[in-house]
Amino acid sequence: MTDTVPTYPFARPTALDPPAEWEQLRSECPVSKVRMVTGDEALLITRYNDVRELLADPRFTHSLTEAGAAQISTSEDGIFNRDEATMTAGPNHQRWRRMMNKSFTVKRVNAMRPRIAEIANQLIDELIAGGQPGDLQSALGFPLPVFVICELLGVDPNYRDKFSHWSDAMLNLDKFSQAETAKAAMEFQEFMVQHVLDKRAAPGDDLLSELAAIVDSQDGRMTEAELVYTAQGLLVAGHETTANMIGKMVAMLLADRPNRWDRLVADRGLINPAVEETLRLDASSSIDLPRYISEDIEIAGCPIKAGTTVMASLSSGNRDETVYDDAAELRLDRVPNPHLAFGAGPHSCLGQALARTELQVTLTVLLDRLPTLELAVPVEELRRRTGLIVGGIEEVPVRW
Amino acid sequence: MVTRIELDEPKCIAAGQCVMTAPDVFDQRDEDGVAIILEPVPAPEHLDAVRDAVAVCPAAALQLIET
Ligand code: HEM
Ligand code: SF4
Repeated sequence: MTDTVPTYPFARPTALDPPAEWEQLRSECPVSKVRMVTGDEALLITRYNDVRELLADPRFTHSLTEAGAAQISTSEDGIFNRDEATMTAGPNHQRWRRMMNKSFTVKRVNAMRPRIAEIANQLIDELIAGGQPGDLQSALGFPLPVFVICELLGVDPNYRDKFSHWSDAMLNLDKFSQAETAKAAMEFQEFMVQHVLDKRAAPGDDLLSELAAIVDSQDGRMTEAELVYTAQGLLVAGHETTANMIGKMVAMLLADRPNRWDRLVADRGLINPAVEETLRLDASSSIDLPRYISEDIEIAGCPIKAGTTVMASLSSGNRDETVYDDAAELRLDRVPNPHLAFGAGPHSCLGQALARTELQVTLTVLLDRLPTLELAVPVEELRRRTGLIVGGIEEVPVRW
Repeated sequence: MVTRIELDEPKCIAAGQCVMTAPDVFDQRDEDGVAIILEPVPAPEHLDAVRDAVAVCPAAALQLIET
């Protein structure tokens, strides 16, 4: 019997298209057994309402440190199975979250707009200087969010190659060995501990200096270990997801230039809904969100036993035909668009206003600077990045 | 008929979607990002944006009460 359980994540037909399984599971088997790359079994849920409801349930968290939880990555030290993951998952979560929120409000993020535009312009200058065709992903997609998160945290962006490697290791699915991720986790830890010490010696106008002062006040809001974990988490979360999304967003908009890119060139009022729609239709956002089910529940009429690990598919939920008209179609005028790309409920993305702003500003600057932008290869030749929890496109070759 | 906005404060996760969608009606507290409703009974010209904001709130913390 067990060999009929499908292996997860599913293969994609192309870098931009969804696996056929999602549509089939939504209609026929909304709570489906899947086998993770580690061999462990989990249940996959694929319908919008089921996903949203589970994520809104504060009883269940992403912490997979319980003995019976499915292992989703081939290495330890991943973001889901470190002990510190419980700080952002347990009863302390709301306290932690409210403390972090203030740095990610719309007001704070809007104040960063001019600086984000400046970074985007510089990176596009370099892309142009490099000649045609150029790779938009390595020239703009990867560096932009790293510069932004480094400035926010007060970390030297010259270390960005190291951050990329450490982030990749923490988001490992089956790309790295246990020895490689353990080494990366140790280096990353040493770097951050030292960095926090430096911040104490010479505080700056940045989030890490602010948090270090909170730790020093010893009022119970945050410990040193929690600070280091938070700093690492923000660097990883604020970097890889947004970086990949820039490439995917541009590729999706260029995949049908007349109906997408050219309309945006003509009407900048469509930028915000376009960003939301590409987030909704992103077919390789991540391997979806794990939730450890700690007490018996029912989903879509199926009883789920305590001790089960459920994977909630944001990308499948986002294509649910019972929620969206023409669900598979990219429409630039979909308002409101209550998609699940940033999750839902108490753990819904802390950095979503920042991520949205980075995507909106990047798209605005690209439309201004390179209105004639086009893909330099057929869409079918774009290759997916695999082996990590977060998905993207390896290279996005463009001309202008 | 009067339409009034209600916020379930403990649910709010400060995603700021309401502020991005209807900036004339919503703001966020500086200290913890929790939503502030500037216009509990929104002006008619803001109602469409308010409905969109309620729909996109990821925490389902906003509700419209019609009396
Ligand atoms: C396009 C870019 C991004 C996407 C698609 C994305 C997606 C997500 C998703 C789906 C979650 C929910 C995880 C769960 O429920 O288990 C999440 C949580 C989180 N994200 Fe993002 N994210 C992005 C950018 C960012 C940025 C720029 C930051 C900030 C620095 C960030 C920081 C976080 C943090 C700290 C959490 C945990 C929140 C909590 O548990 O309360 N993310 N993100
Ligand atoms: S959109 Fe919802 S969760 Fe976000 S700030 Fe507004 S009320 Fe709070």
